[in-house]
Amino acid sequence: MRYESPTTVAEAVELLGSEPHARVYAGATDLIPQIRSGRPEPTVMVDLKHIDRLCAITSTAAGFTVGAAAPTADICADGALAAEFPGLVEASGLIGSDQIQNRSSWGGNLANASPAADTPPSLVANCARAVIAGPDGERTVLAAEVATGPGRTSLTPGEFIVEFELDRPPARTADAYLRLTPRTEMDIAVVGAAVRISLDAQGRVADAAVALGAVAPTVVRVADAEAALIGREPAGDALAAVEAAAAAAADPIDDKRGTVAYRRQVAGVLARRAVATAAERAAEPQRGDRP
Amino acid sequence: MTITEANPGYKGYKYVGTRLIRPDGLEKVTGKARFAADLNLAGQLHGAVVRSPHAHARIVSIDTSRAEAMPGVKSVITGDDFPSVDPGHRQYDMCVNIIARDKVFYEGHAVAAVAASTLEQARAAAAAVEVEYEALQAVLTIDEAMADDAPVLHSHMLTRGAEPPAEAPSNVASVTRFSGGDLEAGFAEADFVVEREFSTKPVHQGYIEPHACVADTGQDGHTTIWCSSQGHFNVRSSTATLLGWENTRIKVVPAEIGGGFGGKTTIYLEPLAAALSSQAGRPVKMVMTRSEVFRATGPAPCAKIRVKFGARSDGAIVAADAHLIYSNGAYQGAGGMLGAMTVFESYKIPNFAVEALDVVVNTARSAAYRAPAAPLTAFATETVLDEIAEELGIDAMDLRLKNAVKEGDPSTMGFPLARVGFAECLEAIRSHPHFSAPLGPNQGRGLAAGYWFNIGESSSAIVNLNEDGTATVVTGSPDIGGSRASMALMAAEELGIDPHDIRPVVGDTEAVGFTDITEGSRATFATGRAVVEACRNMVIELRGRAATMMEAEVGDIDWVDGHAVYTGDGDSEGKEPLSLAVIAGKAKRTGGPLTATGSLEAHGAGPSFTVHLCDVEVDPETGVVSIVRYTAAQDAGTAIHPSYVEGQIQGGVAQGVGWALNEEYIYDSDGVMENPGFLDYRVPVASDLPMIDAVIVEVPNPAHPYGVRGVGEAGIVPPIPAVANAIHSATGCRIRDLPMSPVRVLEAITAAGARANGG
Amino acid sequence: MTRVHVTCTINGDPAEFLCDGGQTLLDALRDEVGLTGVKEGCGTGDCGACSVMMDGRLLCSCLVLAAEAEGSDVSTVEGMASGDELHPLQQCFLEGAALQCGICTPGFLVAAEALLERNPDPTETEVRYALAGNLCRCTGYDKIVRSVMAAARSINAGAGSGH
Repeated sequence: MRYESPTTVAEAVELLGSEPHARVYAGATDLIPQIRSGRPEPTVMVDLKHIDRLCAITSTAAGFTVGAAAPTADICADGALAAEFPGLVEASGLIGSDQIQNRSSWGGNLANASPAADTPPSLVANCARAVIAGPDGERTVLAAEVATGPGRTSLTPGEFIVEFELDRPPARTADAYLRLTPRTEMDIAVVGAAVRISLDAQGRVADAAVALGAVAPTVVRVADAEAALIGREPAGDALAAVEAAAAAAADPIDDKRGTVAYRRQVAGVLARRAVATAAERAAEPQRGDRP
Repeated sequence: MTITEANPGYKGYKYVGTRLIRPDGLEKVTGKARFAADLNLAGQLHGAVVRSPHAHARIVSIDTSRAEAMPGVKSVITGDDFPSVDPGHRQYDMCVNIIARDKVFYEGHAVAAVAASTLEQARAAAAAVEVEYEALQAVLTIDEAMADDAPVLHSHMLTRGAEPPAEAPSNVASVTRFSGGDLEAGFAEADFVVEREFSTKPVHQGYIEPHACVADTGQDGHTTIWCSSQGHFNVRSSTATLLGWENTRIKVVPAEIGGGFGGKTTIYLEPLAAALSSQAGRPVKMVMTRSEVFRATGPAPCAKIRVKFGARSDGAIVAADAHLIYSNGAYQGAGGMLGAMTVFESYKIPNFAVEALDVVVNTARSAAYRAPAAPLTAFATETVLDEIAEELGIDAMDLRLKNAVKEGDPSTMGFPLARVGFAECLEAIRSHPHFSAPLGPNQGRGLAAGYWFNIGESSSAIVNLNEDGTATVVTGSPDIGGSRASMALMAAEELGIDPHDIRPVVGDTEAVGFTDITEGSRATFATGRAVVEACRNMVIELRGRAATMMEAEVGDIDWVDGHAVYTGDGDSEGKEPLSLAVIAGKAKRTGGPLTATGSLEAHGAGPSFTVHLCDVEVDPETGVVSIVRYTAAQDAGTAIHPSYVEGQIQGGVAQGVGWALNEEYIYDSDGVMENPGFLDYRVPVASDLPMIDAVIVEVPNPAHPYGVRGVGEAGIVPPIPAVANAIHSATGCRIRDLPMSPVRVLEAITAAGARANGG
Repeated sequence: MTRVHVTCTINGDPAEFLCDGGQTLLDALRDEVGLTGVKEGCGTGDCGACSVMMDGRLLCSCLVLAAEAEGSDVSTVEGMASGDELHPLQQCFLEGAALQCGICTPGFLVAAEALLERNPDPTETEVRYALAGNLCRCTGYDKIVRSVMAAARSINAGAGSGH
C-alpha cells in the first residue's frame, strides 16, 4: 500500500484516477478498522488533509464554507459557526471521542454513508451543499443527495467531497440535533433527529426541516412533521403532531443497536424535543431581524 | 523527586493501612512497564490462529500445505500436533478448547496456528489453511440446549450429580443440590410468597490488554514463556499438560498483566506458541486481536434463574427455593454450582432448597469473572427481597438487617459462618448521608447486598535481606491490582523497616515456590500470609543472629520495631538494641546470607459482604438510565492499602453497572458474535459514571494476622440488583432480564403505561 | 515490499524509521521505534490505550498510518516526564492510586495532558467527557478523574506561584 499526500485538489483527482484501487484517506477512523478486519487493502491511500481547501473553515458573505476533511474538533471550536448552526456543531461534537474528533469530518461522515452517522441529518436539515471534485471537474449537489444507501453514495469513481457550503440562516432561525445512545459517549446513534426552525415575528413557525438518522437506509426528511409545524406555534399539539409524524416516517430495522418499535417511538420523542430546542434557540434575541 | 503519601497508620500499625505509592507505579506512569505484548526477542516469529467460522461443526480435514509454502512461514500446527487427550482427563476441556481436535464448538474456536517472520505473513498463511467442515446444528441458548431433541455437543457428557445416574449423554453437564429444613413447612408458615424468573446474557471481563505471550523453545526442548496471566504456575502446568511435557521443561515469566478479572485464570495461546516455537526453533510471539478476545476467550456464563421466597408478615424469610440454570459455553463449567453456593448465602433462611444445572451451548467456553455466578443470583435474591419489603410495608434496609446472616449461622452447605461484617455494612450504608439524601424527578434509589466466599489456596514467599538492611520480597502471585504494595506493607510491619526499603517482586516459576492463581480474592489474604510467615521466620533468624552478636540467649531477644532488643535478666552491658540493618551488615560473620521462606495452604479466607446504594435517573420517554449517585460499603477485614481496597470496590461497581445496563454478547442466528469490539460491546466510559463512594468497613478476619479479607470480587455482586431496584423506585417497573438497556426499560415503562390505562 | 522512510520528531528528538505503507502509527511506534508505552487495546479507536499527540492533536495511533507522521511532531507517554521530574499528571496518578493494572494508564495520561492544555481548570463533568475515549476496566474512573483534577490544581498553583 502506498501513501500519498497531495496538496491540491487537482493532484488528488489525478492520484485517485491513476489506480483502480486508490482510496480517499481522510480521518480513516472507519477505513483503517475495515482494512484490519480483512477488507481488501487499497493500493494507494490519497490523504486529503494536506489540501488547504479541504481543511479550511471560512465565513463568507453568503454563509460558511467548510472543508470536507476539516476535523470536527476544529468545527466545534469555531465560535462563529456554532453561533449560526448550533445543532450542526453539536452533531459534529458527538462523533466519537476527543481522539476521534481530531480526525472525523463532515466529508467522511457523509461519504462513509452509515445510516447512523450523526452529522448527515443536520447537514440535510440545513440544506448544506457538497462541492464534489472528480475527473470531470467540480459539481455541487445537496448533501442530501450524497448517500444513497448503507455504504453507498452517488459519488462516481475518482470523486471526493471537497467542501460544504452553508447559507447564512435567515432571521429567527436555529437548529438542534439530538441522538439516542445507550452510553453517554463512544456510541453509534440508535436514533438521531435534526431540526431547523424559522420563526416569524409572531413566534409561529415560518419554515421547518425535520430529518431523522438511523431509522432508514439514508436520512429521512419528515414532511408531515414539517407541515404540521408551519404557521403554528412550536408547542402543544404541534409538537404532538411532530412526534407522531416522525414515528410514522421512521422505517428502521431490528439490529444489535435497537429494535424497530424502539426506534420508531424514540424517533418521535427526539424529533419533538429537537423541535422544542430549535424553536427556543430561534426565539433568542440575538437571532432577531438582521440589520 | 518527592512523592507524598497520605494517611498515617492506624489501629496501632505503623505501615499497614497507609497509602504507599505502589512500587510498580513509576514504570506504569512512564510507559516503561513491560506487558507481554511489549516483549520482543531476537529472531522472533509472529503467530496467528486459524479459527472456526462455525459455531458447531465436525472437522473433516485440515490442509496446511498451501499455508506452509507461503513466504515467511516457519511452522504450522493443528490439533494433530498435540498428544491426544481422554475425555476423562481433568483438563480435557481446557486442552480441546485451546486447539480443537475432531469438532469445533463455537465460532472462533482455534483449529490451527501459524508462525511466520511477520504478523502479516502469519495472518495471510492462517487465511490459507484449508479446513473442511461438516456443519452441525448449533445450540445457542439454554432452552435449545435442554430441548428433548437437542443435538448433543459432547457424546461423553453424562450429567454429574444426576439422580438416578444419567445413562444417556446430554447437554446438562452437572446438577448441584443443596437443601436445609423443611421447604414445604416453611412456605406453609409464610404470609407472603413470591416467585420470579430472571434471565441474563453472557458478558465479557473486558480487560483492556488482549491475551499475549512470547514462547522461546530451545533446541534442547526447554521453553521459556513470558505471558500475561493471573497465575504463571498454572500456565506452566496447563501448557505442560497440553504438550505432554514435564513441568521442568517450561519456565513461565510473569509479565505485567493488563487486567484479568478472572478471565486470565485459564490459558489460550501459550501452548500454541510453545508448539510453534518448538517446531520452528525460534521465539514466537502471539497477541490476540480484540475481536479474538471477545469471540474466543471467557465470557462469564449467562443464566436463567427462578426463585421463590416465603416471608412472614414480620419480615422474617422462612422459606426459599431456587432453580438455577447456567450456560457455561462450549464446555462444562461451574456457574450453576457457584450460583447454588451464593443464592441464599446472605440471609438466614431456615428452610431452603437449591437446584442448579450447568449446561453447555455452542458459544465460547466461559471463564471466571469476578465473584463468578454471584452477581446473577444476587440479581434474583436482592430484587425479590425488595418486592417482599414493599409488599409487607417494611423498609428494605430493615428487612435485610432482620434476616442478615451473622457469626455462627450455617451456610447453605452447612458450615457455620466465622465472624463477618454484613450487619456492619448495612449500618454503614444506613448512616451514610446518601441514604437519606433527597431524590429529584424521575430518580430512584436502590439498595442491594452481596456476598462472596473468597478462597485461600497455596502461596509461597521468600524474603531476602540485603547487606544494607533493605529487603526483597518475592512471591508467586501476579499483581493484578496493587498486591505488591500490600506485600511491601505487611513485610514492613513485620520486619519493622520502612516499606520503601522493601522491593516486592513477582518471581517466575523457577524463582519462588508454587503459588496458585490470583483468584478468589486471595492474593493479599493467602500470599500475604505467606509473606508474613516468611518475615516471621526471618525475625526468628534475626533474633538468633543478634543473640550471637550480643552473646545472649535467643530467648532473651525480642524483635521490636525493626530492632533486636535484649530483654533478659542478665547484664545488658554491650547488649544495646541492634537494628535490622546492623544485623544484616554483619551477616557474613554470623552465619551467612539472611533468607527466609513462607509457604502454606491458606484456610479461613473469610467471606466478604458488601452493601450498595445506587441512585438512577430514568428518562421515561427513552428508557435511558443514568447513574447519578453510588455508595458501596464493603467489609475488607483490614485494609492493608486503603486506596487499592477502594479501587477494587469502585472497579467492581463499574463492571457491575455495565453488566446491569448495557453489556451483552449478541449472536446472530448462526452463533456468530455480532459485537466483538468495544464499540458495540458497551463497557461504561468515564462519562457514564459518577464518583463511587467506597466505604471500607473493617471487621477483621480471624484467620489472617492483620485481619485481611479478600476484597477483589464482592464489589461486582450487588450493582445489578441495586440498579434494578433503583429503576423500580424511579419508574415502578421491575425488570428481570439483562441488560436493562434503554430498549428494555422503555418496553417496561410502555407496558406499565398500557396496563395503567386499562390495556 | 518497499518500505517508507519517515522522518519526524518524537518526544522532542529527531527520529526516523522505516514502515510499511499500510502500517499504523501505533505499530510503527511500538515495533519500529520501540516505544511500547503506547498500548493496543482494541485497534479500532474505541479504547484510547494508543493515544498519542501528533502536531498538537490527540489521536488514536491505531487509526493513523505511520507514513502520515512524515514531518510531524509526535509525543507519547515516554516523553511526558522531564528529566527526573515527573509530569504533575504522572505524579498525581501515583499519589491518587489512579491505576490498577496500568495498561490504560499511558493513554489516559496523554489524553489528560491534552485536556489540561486545552482546558486548564476542567470540571468533573468536563474531565469525564474528555476522557470518555479512554477505557479503564479496573478503577471505575473515580481515582483517575480525581487525579486529573488534582493535577490541574497542582499545575495551576505552580503557574500562579511563578508570577
